[in-house]
Amino acid sequence: MAASVELKKIRKSYGDVEVIHGIDLMIEPGEFTVFVGPSGCGKSTLLRMIAGLEPITGGDMLIEGDRMNEVPAAKRGIAMVFQSYALYPHMSVYKNLSFGLETARAPKEEIERKVKRAAEILQIEPLLQRKPKALSGGQRQRVAIGRAITREPRLFLFDEPLSNLDAELRVQMRVEIAKLHNDLGNTMIYVTHDQIEAMTMADKIVVLSAGHIEQAGPPLELYNNPKNLFVAGFIGSPKMNFLKAKVEGQDAGSAKLAVAGSSLTFDRKVNASQGDEVTFGVRPEHITITEGSGKHFSTVTVDLVEHLGGQTIIYTTTPDGTAMTLALEGQREVPLGSQIETYIDTKRCHVFNAAGDVV
Amino acid sequence: MTASSLESGSRGAGNKVGTRNVLAKIWQQDGPGYMFLLPWLIGFFGLTVGPMVTSLYLSFTDFDLLTDPNWVGASNYVRMFTADPKFAAAMRVTFFFVIFSVPLKLAFALLVAMLLNRGLRGLPLYRAIFYLPSLLGTSVAIAILWRQLFAGDGLVNQFLANFGIDGPSWISNPRYSLWTLIVLSVWQFGSPMIIFLAGLRQIPQDMYEAASLDGASKFRQFYKITLPLLTPVVFFNAIVQTIEAFKSFTPAFVISGGTGAPINSTLFYTLYLYQEAFGFFRMGYASALAWFLLAMIAAFTAFSFLTSKYWVHYDD
Ligand SMILES: Nc1ncnc2c1ncn2[C@@H]1O[C@H](COP(=O)(O)OP(=O)(O)OP(=O)(O)O)[C@@H](O)[C@H]1O
Ligand SMILES: [Mg+2]
Repeated sequence: MAASVELKKIRKSYGDVEVIHGIDLMIEPGEFTVFVGPSGCGKSTLLRMIAGLEPITGGDMLIEGDRMNEVPAAKRGIAMVFQSYALYPHMSVYKNLSFGLETARAPKEEIERKVKRAAEILQIEPLLQRKPKALSGGQRQRVAIGRAITREPRLFLFDEPLSNLDAELRVQMRVEIAKLHNDLGNTMIYVTHDQIEAMTMADKIVVLSAGHIEQAGPPLELYNNPKNLFVAGFIGSPKMNFLKAKVEGQDAGSAKLAVAGSSLTFDRKVNASQGDEVTFGVRPEHITITEGSGKHFSTVTVDLVEHLGGQTIIYTTTPDGTAMTLALEGQREVPLGSQIETYIDTKRCHVFNAAGDVV
Repeated sequence: MTASSLESGSRGAGNKVGTRNVLAKIWQQDGPGYMFLLPWLIGFFGLTVGPMVTSLYLSFTDFDLLTDPNWVGASNYVRMFTADPKFAAAMRVTFFFVIFSVPLKLAFALLVAMLLNRGLRGLPLYRAIFYLPSLLGTSVAIAILWRQLFAGDGLVNQFLANFGIDGPSWISNPRYSLWTLIVLSVWQFGSPMIIFLAGLRQIPQDMYEAASLDGASKFRQFYKITLPLLTPVVFFNAIVQTIEAFKSFTPAFVISGGTGAPINSTLFYTLYLYQEAFGFFRMGYASALAWFLLAMIAAFTAFSFLTSKYWVHYDD
């Protein structure tokens, strides 16, 4: 069972304060959509409006084409996994899983069958008779997901379900949720402020900021072609380098930028006039120090080197005093304080105008 | 006292071994603490433990305040159960009162707490207003006010007269007199209400959100989520209020003029005890009554604690 979700000019106000400013979004059946954005940008609010836990101030919310604004939460065919898990502490795991079905007065065999199936999927069968307090964080998380599964919803909602788990478990559960999505094939909407979770799990990422959508699309699309400074800075780790630049020259098929103390020629036109102040962006992993692997970029001073084993992160300063980070494959020995030459591929560089939009 | 003087003092005590020295050492170290405790110790032993032990002894005597007590064995206790119809009446009245006033009061307190918990504006004001009767509750003044309200020509009947209802004299009619006391008790729902309110605040909001996604109606949410999660508070309130109800005295005393009238319908246990002690000066018998009340309360409390593991949900 998979449903499409459509948001049309969705708004939300608390009193006089509008926190969601007209969101348009189409989520295809079976899609795994991740809402990502900084704290307070309205991810939870948006999710809770879809769930029916928060009234929608304006616009339309459609599931499978049916308007849902006034439909009570229980009748929307959704299930939600809360950040706090919200397990019923006085009920056994079995009762937690069956509560919704019992409320709906489902036949006993059906309840048993569905609870058993959910428990199997999540491998929590040995825990069914325990109370939530006797479970570890990861087990609670599974029960919370199991509770969602037993409802057999057409739409799963997750609000930062992994943020209470330690790093290792988070990675493990991330994989399991992605697997669950593959197995069940339901439409899922997942809220997180962790861009790595977003990148690894999503079919579609929706980057939110201050109550509106900055960009929506497949993870690599956002990574490769961020529409603006916000998305460019938010997606990717370590963060994209932003350097002050100035348009020096422009002709039909190329542009010339003054950046980091050198002059850089682009093989494409930049949508700005000569003399404009712009921001030049390049990801740390797209800078190299090997001659011949791209255009010569800048001579930088090494401030700090971090060895991650598979990757070496180098923190440097450009001749005009701006910080720039490099992420090199493998293990590199670079002396602190030394000057190194850097090279880039201009096709993987981004230029943003004063308003922050890509040009 | 400086650290060095403390040290030399204790070393000196350590040289000579003996109880006196140990006591001296304790006194030297903790003496000021006991001095501060003294007023409370005097009160505790002089006004609580002393009289209790004395009354336990007296309950096996025929003490009448005037002559020396004579040991009579368990005959006071035997008399209670075999030869005292008034004791039986007092038990009936008291149990009736406990059985009806406590659940009604708790239910009412919970109802008001739930109304107040719905994010009302001006909550502190309402909370204070509803708590007020509990503060005034057991005072003589309120009992007198209650007598005025429910008297034959009282305010309640004057109000009912507006609708053409000719109300009875609530407090002098044995059918209603105990009920007016129950109503008075329920009206003092403030303190369990405050405790319920605090308990309700502890229940996370997302529990209700999860339940509403699960399709549970408000009613189902109440008895499947709220009530079970509130059982520790219900348990606490039930015990405290039951003990209060067993001990209830002032309202019955004031409203019935100390007699338990009409026809013993408001003869609370404590009121009967008071009559025996200070009306008939049967101190020995009254002491036995007091100890039996204590035993009943203890038995009830023990029973509650023993059964609590079957119905009280503790989170940890
Ligand atoms: N009940 C409320 N009343 C008033 N403002 C609210 C309410 N709930 C949320 N807000 C505001 O709405 C905005 C969005 O909140 P929301 O909880 O959706 O953020 P979020 O993106 O989920 O953040 P986080 O990552 O911290 O969970 C915030 O500015 C918040 O202050
Ligand atoms: Mg949130």
